[in-house]
Amino acid sequence: MTKRLASQRLISRIGLSLGMLFASATLTFLAVRMMPGDPATIILGGAMANPTPGAVAAITKEYGLDRPLIVQYGFYIWRLLHGDLGISFSQHLHVAEVLRQQMLPTLALASLSLFLAWALALVSVFCTVRRGRVLSSLGASLDISAAALPPFWLGIVLLWIFAFRLHLLPPAGSSSLASLIMPALSLAIPLGGFLAQVTRESMEIALDQPFILSARMRGLSMGQVLRRHALRHALLPGIALSAWALGALLGETAVIEAIFSRKGLGRTLVYAVSAQDMPLTTGIVLFVTVAYILASLVIEIIHELVDPRLATSRRRSASLWL
Amino acid sequence: MVITPKKLIAWEQLPIAILFASGFLVFLLVAAIIPNAISATDPYAIAPRHAFLSPDWNHPFGTDQSGRDILTRVIHGTRQSLLVGAGAVAISFSGGIILGLAGGLGPHWVQKGIGAVIDVLFSFPALILALLFSASLGTGAGPLALAIGIAAVPGYGKMVFSQVLSVRHSGYVEAAMALGHTPFAIVRQHVLPNALRPLIVTATMGVGQTIVWAAGLSFLGLGAPPPTPEWGTMMSMGRDFIADAWWLTLFPGLFIVLTVLSTTILGRFLQRRLEGRSS
Repeated sequence: MTKRLASQRLISRIGLSLGMLFASATLTFLAVRMMPGDPATIILGGAMANPTPGAVAAITKEYGLDRPLIVQYGFYIWRLLHGDLGISFSQHLHVAEVLRQQMLPTLALASLSLFLAWALALVSVFCTVRRGRVLSSLGASLDISAAALPPFWLGIVLLWIFAFRLHLLPPAGSSSLASLIMPALSLAIPLGGFLAQVTRESMEIALDQPFILSARMRGLSMGQVLRRHALRHALLPGIALSAWALGALLGETAVIEAIFSRKGLGRTLVYAVSAQDMPLTTGIVLFVTVAYILASLVIEIIHELVDPRLATSRRRSASLWL
Repeated sequence: MVITPKKLIAWEQLPIAILFASGFLVFLLVAAIIPNAISATDPYAIAPRHAFLSPDWNHPFGTDQSGRDILTRVIHGTRQSLLVGAGAVAISFSGGIILGLAGGLGPHWVQKGIGAVIDVLFSFPALILALLFSASLGTGAGPLALAIGIAAVPGYGKMVFSQVLSVRHSGYVEAAMALGHTPFAIVRQHVLPNALRPLIVTATMGVGQTIVWAAGLSFLGLGAPPPTPEWGTMMSMGRDFIADAWWLTLFPGLFIVLTVLSTTILGRFLQRRLEGRSS
C-alpha cells in the first residue's frame, strides 16, 4: 500500500519536473523569438557587425531559420532532448562549458544567502518573540523593514559604506571569500526579513498551543520550550518556502552580480538575453530549473524530517484522493 | 478554542505606523497625480555648473551628474513607478482570477490540468520570467508593467485557485446549490467575493513587490531610458558615481523602501481588520 503510493508520488514528481523543464525550454524559445531583430543577423554578431546579405542568407539556411516557426521549435526541442545545449552565439563556446565556468560563483552566492537569511531570521525570532511588548514589536518591525529593502539598493548602500567609506571589503570581483560577503548580505537581509515574518507568525501560533503550557508546567524554561517544542512547528512554513526562495535568489543574482561585477550565471543571463543568444539563455534557464527541482526535493526531505506527521498525513490524504 | 469577539479599532487608537504609512501613500498619490504641486522645478532641467552638489538647503537630496535636482526627479518619478507597480498587479491579478476561477470551478480534468500548469509556472523565478519577457516586449513603462504582470500571474493564480477550491466546498455554497440557485449567481454572489476578499490585501502588498522588481529591471537597463525620472533608472545611473556621490542612489532607493514598507504596513492592517483580530 505504502509502496504503491510512494511510487505514484515519485511518478507525479517526475512528471512535474519534466513539465517544468519543457515549460522553461518553450517559454525561453518564445521569449527570445519575440525579441525584435533578425536571428541570422544576431548570430553573425548583430547589425553593428554589418554582415553581407550573402552571409545572412547562408546562416538562415544553415540554422533552418527559413522554415516555419513550429518546425524550428521541433528541432530545438529535439536537440535539447539529446542533451545538446548548442554553442553560444555571443561567446562562441559550448553552452555546457559556459555553465561549468559560471555556475559555482552563483551557486555559492545563492546558497550562502539562503543560509545567512535563515540565520538572521532565527536570531530575530528567538531574541524577540514573547519578550515583552516593546522587544517583540521591535523585532516584528525589524522583520518588516528588512523585507522591504530592495536587494540591489541594499547592495549599493553596502558597497558605499564598506568598500568606499571604510575600505573594509573589496568593491568588486568574485575570487576571494571577502568579495562574497556584501553580495550575500544584500540578498540575505531582505529574504531573512521575509522568513522571519513567516516564522514569527507560526511561532506565535505554536506558543498558544496547549502542549506549550503543559511543557512549561512540567518545569521547562521558556528557552527550552522554544527550542524543543515550538521551534519544530515554527520552522515548517519557512522550510516549505525555501525552495521557492532559492529560485528567487538565483533570479536576483542577475542584478547583484552586475552591481558587484561578479562572475556568474545571473550576469551571464542578462548578457545572453540582451544579445538574444538563444542557446545560452536556454542553457541558463534550464540550469536554474534543474537547480530548483533538486532544491525542492532536498527541502521536501528536510520538511519530512522536521515534521514526521507529514509523511503519515500524506499517505492518508493520498488514499482518500484515489 | 476561545473565539475572541470582533473589535473595532477607534481612529485615535491607530498606531503611529499606520498613520505614517497612509500619510506617505497619500503623499505619493499627490506626487503621482500633480507632481508640480510638490516640486515645481523641471526634472529634466540640466545645470552643468551645479553638478554633484551634495544635499543642502537648496537641494535637499543633492544634484546629479547634470546638475538636475534629485528631489524633483524623485517626486516626478513617482507617477511612473507607481503606474508600473499598480499596472503590473492589475495584470497579474486579473490573469490570476481567470486562471484560478477556470481551474477551481471547471470539471475535474480542467482542475487537474490548470493546477499542474500553475504549479509548473509558479516554481519559475518571477524575476527571470520578467527579464525574458521585458527583453522581448521592449523598453518603457508599459512593456515593463506587462512583463512583470505576466511573470507574477502564476503566483496570484495559485492563491485564487486554492481560495476558490476551499470556498467551492464550503457549507454556504452547498446550501446555495441545494436551494437551486444558478451557477452564475452562486459564483457572483458567493464564490467571487469570498475567494477574492483575502486576496485584496495580498494585491496591496504586491504593489510594493512589483515596484522592487520594476526597479531591478530598470536597473539592468530594461525600464525607462536614462533621462526619464524613474526610481530604478536613477539608481542605475547613480551606481557609476557611488564612490563620490552617494545621494544619487540613496534617495530614490529610500523612496522605494518607504513605499514597500507603507504598502506592507497598510496591507497587514487591513488583513487584521478583515480577520477581525484587533491587535
